[in-house]
Amino acid sequence: MLSGSSTGVSVDAGAGTAAAAAANAGVDADADAAYVVEMRDITKRFPGVLANDRISFQVRAGEVHALLGENGAGKSTLMNILSGLYRPDGGEILVRGRRVHLGSPRHAIAAGIGMVHQHFRLVQSFTVAQNVTLGMSKPRFVLNMRAIEDDVARLSSSYGLQTDPRAKIWQLSVGEQQRVEIVKMLYRGADVLILDEPTAVLTPQEARDLFTTLNRMKQAGRSIIFITHKLDEVMEVADRVTVLRDGRAIATLDRKDATPGLLASLMVGREVGGAVPGKKAACGDCVLRISSVSALGDRGTLSLRSVSLEVAAGEIVGIAGVAGNGQRELAEVITGLRRVQEGRILLRGADITNRTPLEIIRCGVGHIPEDRLGTGMVPNLSIVDNVILKSYRSRPVARGPFIHAKAAREHADNLVRRFQVKAAGLDRPIRLLSGGNSQKLLLAREISANPGLLVAVHPTRGLDIGAAEAIHHVLIEQRNRGVAILLISEDLEELAALADRVAVMFAGRVMGVLRRDEWDIERIGLMMAGSATADTGHGADKGDRVS
Amino acid sequence: MTDDARKVTVGAAARPRWSIRVEKRPEISPFWRAMAPVASIVMALVFGGVFLQLTGYDPFEVYSLMFKGAFGSRYGLIETVVKATPILLATIGVSVAFRMLLWNIGAEGQIYMGAFAASWVALSFPDWPPLMLIPAMFIAGAVAGGLWALLPALPRAIWGVNEIITTLMLNYVAIYWVDYLVYGPWKDPKGFNFPLTPQFSQAAWLPCLGTTRIHLGLTFGLAAAVAVSIMLSRTRWGYEIRVIGENPAAARYAGMDIPRNIVLVMLLSGAIAGIAGMGEVAGITHRLQHGISPGYGYTAIIVAWLAKLNPAGIVIASFLFGGLLVAGYAVQIFGIPADIATMLQGSLLFFVLGGEALARYRVRFVRVGVGKGAVSQAEAK
Repeated sequence: MLSGSSTGVSVDAGAGTAAAAAANAGVDADADAAYVVEMRDITKRFPGVLANDRISFQVRAGEVHALLGENGAGKSTLMNILSGLYRPDGGEILVRGRRVHLGSPRHAIAAGIGMVHQHFRLVQSFTVAQNVTLGMSKPRFVLNMRAIEDDVARLSSSYGLQTDPRAKIWQLSVGEQQRVEIVKMLYRGADVLILDEPTAVLTPQEARDLFTTLNRMKQAGRSIIFITHKLDEVMEVADRVTVLRDGRAIATLDRKDATPGLLASLMVGREVGGAVPGKKAACGDCVLRISSVSALGDRGTLSLRSVSLEVAAGEIVGIAGVAGNGQRELAEVITGLRRVQEGRILLRGADITNRTPLEIIRCGVGHIPEDRLGTGMVPNLSIVDNVILKSYRSRPVARGPFIHAKAAREHADNLVRRFQVKAAGLDRPIRLLSGGNSQKLLLAREISANPGLLVAVHPTRGLDIGAAEAIHHVLIEQRNRGVAILLISEDLEELAALADRVAVMFAGRVMGVLRRDEWDIERIGLMMAGSATADTGHGADKGDRVS
Repeated sequence: MTDDARKVTVGAAARPRWSIRVEKRPEISPFWRAMAPVASIVMALVFGGVFLQLTGYDPFEVYSLMFKGAFGSRYGLIETVVKATPILLATIGVSVAFRMLLWNIGAEGQIYMGAFAASWVALSFPDWPPLMLIPAMFIAGAVAGGLWALLPALPRAIWGVNEIITTLMLNYVAIYWVDYLVYGPWKDPKGFNFPLTPQFSQAAWLPCLGTTRIHLGLTFGLAAAVAVSIMLSRTRWGYEIRVIGENPAAARYAGMDIPRNIVLVMLLSGAIAGIAGMGEVAGITHRLQHGISPGYGYTAIIVAWLAKLNPAGIVIASFLFGGLLVAGYAVQIFGIPADIATMLQGSLLFFVLGGEALARYRVRFVRVGVGKGAVSQAEAK
C-alpha cells in the first residue's frame, strides 16, 4: 500500500521532481548558519518500531515549517527529540550551527526550543501567571505575582494571545489553555516554537487567530515548527513543509511548490478518496428530545441556556460551534454526568432528566467522550478490561458476582477483529495503543451495546485520515441501522460530510438548526460567532422564549 | 521581560558546572521492578547496621542474633507466625482500600475496635458453646472494625473529607476507648490492678495448632488473602475497585457508583482489620488488655507497600515482618533494645518508597553550560 520512497509517488511526476529539487536547493543555498535548527540523520527506535529512520530536517529563522504526516509517521517522536524529551539513538542536532545534546526539556528551552504538546502540561488549580512562571529558576526567592501577571499580559497581547493572567486553568477552554502554553514558552525565551497538532483542539475561528499569532511571531524572527496532518493548514500557514512517512523524511518543499494533492500523496503514499458512503435519509421517530434545558458549567455560570433539540432515529444531528459554548455540557447533561437545572430530557418519551449515568447507559445511550483516554478508557488496564467497561454488569461477561474471563476475552477479541484495531495483545494496557486504535476500540465498545442514541464528542479529533475515515464509516453505518446520533464536532467538513442536520451553538444557546439542503458555511460561521440566528431554526426560537 | 528571562537562563548556563538531574525512566524493566523491594530491604539493613555500629554494637552479630531469634529455632518460627497473623490480616485489609486509592491509615484503631467487640461477646456470653461463641466473636469483630472504618468513609464519600486524617485520628479514640475499659469498668477485680479484663471462658479460645501458640487466626488471614485476591481479579466488584482506583473519571462515565464503593471498600477494609483484633484476644491473650496491638495496623501499611498490594506478596512480607518483631524481642535478652526492630521497619518504608522512586526515575550527573544555551552531559549511571 505504501511505497517506500518519494520516487514511487504516483501522483504527478513533474511536481514530485520539483519537490526533490526544492529540497536540494534548500540544502545547498543555506548550508551555513541560516538554519536555526538542523537535525541530521536522526534515528530513534522503540521496542518493535523504528520511529525515526535517519531523518534530516532544517528550520530557518523566521519561518513556519510544517511537519506533515499521518499518525505514527514519526512527527511527534522527532519533535520530542528536539524538545529534549527523548534521546535519539543516532544522528546529531545543531542549534545555530552548534552541536548540542538536549538531555531534557530544560536543556532544550535553554537552547531556545520550546514545545507545546497536544496534551497540555498545565496545573489545573493554578492561575495562568503561576503556570507561566512555574519551574523557572528566576526569581529565586520573592515571587512578585503582580509583576509577573503584568508581564504575561503584555507578552500575550503583543502576539494577540488573549489570556487573563489571573484566571485559573480549569476555568479556561481548551483553546485558551493552548494560548497559555504558547505564552509559557515565549516567556521562557523560546525562539523555536514546536506546536504539536495545535489546531486539533481549536475551532476554525480559534485556528485563524492562532495563524495570525504565528505570523506575528514569524515577523518577530521566531521560527515555528507546526506538526499537523491537515493539508489546508499547511497551505494556509506554512512557508515550508517536510513530509514524513513511516519514520522517514519523504520530501521538503516550499509552499509555492506544494499542492494539496501532492502533499496528500506524499503523506499517505496512495491516492486519497475521502468520499463518505451514500446517504440514506429515512429518519424515524424522535429518540432524543431536549426541551429548554439549562445547566451550569464548571465555573458555576450558566453554560446551557434553554437548549432545545431533537434527534430522530436514523439521523445524525451535528452540533457546530466554537469550543466552550456549551457543547461539552450538552453531552454531559444527556449522559447524566452533569445536573440539569431546568428543562427536561426525554429518551423515546421517557424522562431521563438528572438520572444517574448508569440508568442512562441502561436506557441505551452510548457516549464517546471528549477526553477519550481520560474519561472513556482506563489507560493502565488491559484491552479486555477496557472493552467490558460497560458490559461487565450483564451476561455473558457477568456470571453472578463474577466476571467470566473467557467471555470477556472473546468479546474483546471480537471487537478488535471487527473494527480492525491494531493491538499487540489483548492483555496489553490501552495506553500503548495509538490514538486512532484506542478511539476505534472505544467506538466499538459503545456500539456493541446496541445503543438507541449515540453521543459522539469530537470522535475524530487528532486522528489521521485513515482512522478518521474508519470512524466516519462506522457512524454512517450506525445511522443507517436506525441509531440516533448526536455528533459534536469542531470540524465543519466532518459535519458537512456526516450530519443530516446541524445545530449551531453559541454562548450556551442553540442559534439555529440547518437541514442538509440548507447548508451554508457563511451562515454557520455567523451563527458560531453569535451574530445571526437561523430563521428556519427548529427549536431555537422556542428555547429563547423560555429564557 | 522575555529577553530578561532569557538572559538569566543563558547567563547561568555560560559557566560550566555540574548539576544533578532527576529524569523519568522511559521504561521500567521487569527486572528492576522485581529487584526494588529486595534492594530496599538490603538498604534498610545497611542503614540499620551503620546505626548499630555508631551506637557501639556489632551489626553482624546483632543481625545474626536477630535472624536466629526469628527463624533459627522452632520457638522462634512459631512466634514469627504468631506475630505474622495479625499483620497479615491488617495488611490485607488496608491493601483493599489502597487499591482504590483510599488511604486507610486506621487499621490500628479498627484492630482495637474488633478486639473490643469480640471481647464484649466473650465476656457477655461465657456459657455459649465454642461453635456459637467463636463465630459470634468473629462477626462482632468484623462488624466493629467495619463500622469504625465507616465513620471516616461516610464523610469521605459524601463531602470528600480527607480519610487519611480521620482514620488516623480515630486510632487514638479506639486505643483510649479500650484503655478506658481495661483500666476502668472492665478491669479484672482479681487482676492485681493490671489493665486487663478477666480471662474469657475456654469456649472463647481459638483452637491452636498442636501445642503451639499458632491459632485459627492464621487460617483467617490466609483465607482473607485468597478471597481478596479472587475478589479483585475475578469479580465484578473487584473490577469496579480496580477501575475506580485507576481512573475515577472513567468509572463515573461507566456508571459506577463511586461513593457507594468508597463506603463498601472501607467497610471491608475495616472488617478484615477488625478480625485481626478478634484473633488477638481470642487466640493469644484470651482477654482484652492494654496495648493489645503494638502497632500492627501501622506495620500493615509498610507491608502493603513492600508487597505492592499483591496478596501473595503480602503473605510473604507479613511473615518477614512477624520475624522482625520477634527478632527485636530476641535481641533484648542481650541488652540490645527491641526498638531496633521498629527502627528497621521505619527505614524499610523509607527505602521501599525511595526504591520505587528510583525504579521510576533515574538520577544523573550532568555538566551544564558549554556555550550559549548549549548543554553537554556525561552519563553517570
